[in-house]
Amino acid sequence: MRVLIVPPLFDEMNRARAMLVAVMRDLAAAGIASVLPDLPGCGESVQDFAAQSLNAWRAATAAAARHFGASHVLALRGGALVAPPALPGWALDPLHGDAVLRPLLRAAALAARARGEESGVAALLEQGRAQGLVLGGYRCGAALIAGLQGATMQGEGLRALALADLAAPGPAPWLRQEPAPAPALAAALAARVAQDLGA
Amino acid sequence: MSETIPASLDTDLRALLADVLGLAPARAAAFTAQTPLFGALPELDSMAVAGLFTALEDRFGFVLEEDEIDGDLLETYGALLSFVACKRGHG
Repeated sequence: MRVLIVPPLFDEMNRARAMLVAVMRDLAAAGIASVLPDLPGCGESVQDFAAQSLNAWRAATAAAARHFGASHVLALRGGALVAPPALPGWALDPLHGDAVLRPLLRAAALAARARGEESGVAALLEQGRAQGLVLGGYRCGAALIAGLQGATMQGEGLRALALADLAAPGPAPWLRQEPAPAPALAAALAARVAQDLGA
Repeated sequence: MSETIPASLDTDLRALLADVLGLAPARAAAFTAQTPLFGALPELDSMAVAGLFTALEDRFGFVLEEDEIDGDLLETYGALLSFVACKRGHG
């Protein structure tokens, strides 16, 4: 058994990273191997973020699953949109593409307003779909923005887990503006995965 | 229009601000209605504002209209609390 972890998208990826590493350590302690690749254009990937799309990320996670011989997938938040469709597994607090886009577009609209420009969310979305847009500091290509709009969770084998299902105290690390460790959530998530795998 | 804002809503909103912005609970508990938020808390930049709006929608179960998305909403803690109470049908 080997679990491929698909991280959240955009800034949530950074905020969740420490927790995901803690999950991997807890899984290892239960005898379960896991891998956490960077999505193309993210982290230590040398690819250009502006060239990415949901389809490119789906192809990459599917290739990673084959390469590492993953038997299951654990996707978080927006990562559920790009999980390899053929593997069984879990999606923690999965998001629709519109829910990924909304805070990014709102932040861009607030920043535009602060500069004295009147660009609403709808106008920014149209601009992004046509020619790409910087969202949350990421240079998003038109394909990524158009793909996120209306995108839904991939993979019929993914079981959606809500935070409440894990009964872990404390805030979700990906919602925090300042990263903080979430050892209880990591332990609860790893325990749930290990339990479902019968490890 | 009555001004009855449930104490539980006040508690929940302080907890959400502490969670999302990573504030010490004591700091959030010390907010008064006049405590300025946007522009006064270094934690609250435009990305954080957007994240906070999303968290408010998730936590309190309403949807913000685009014309409501404004830094003015976060001018003071009291303004934010009144807005959330109004969206929830109180006050």
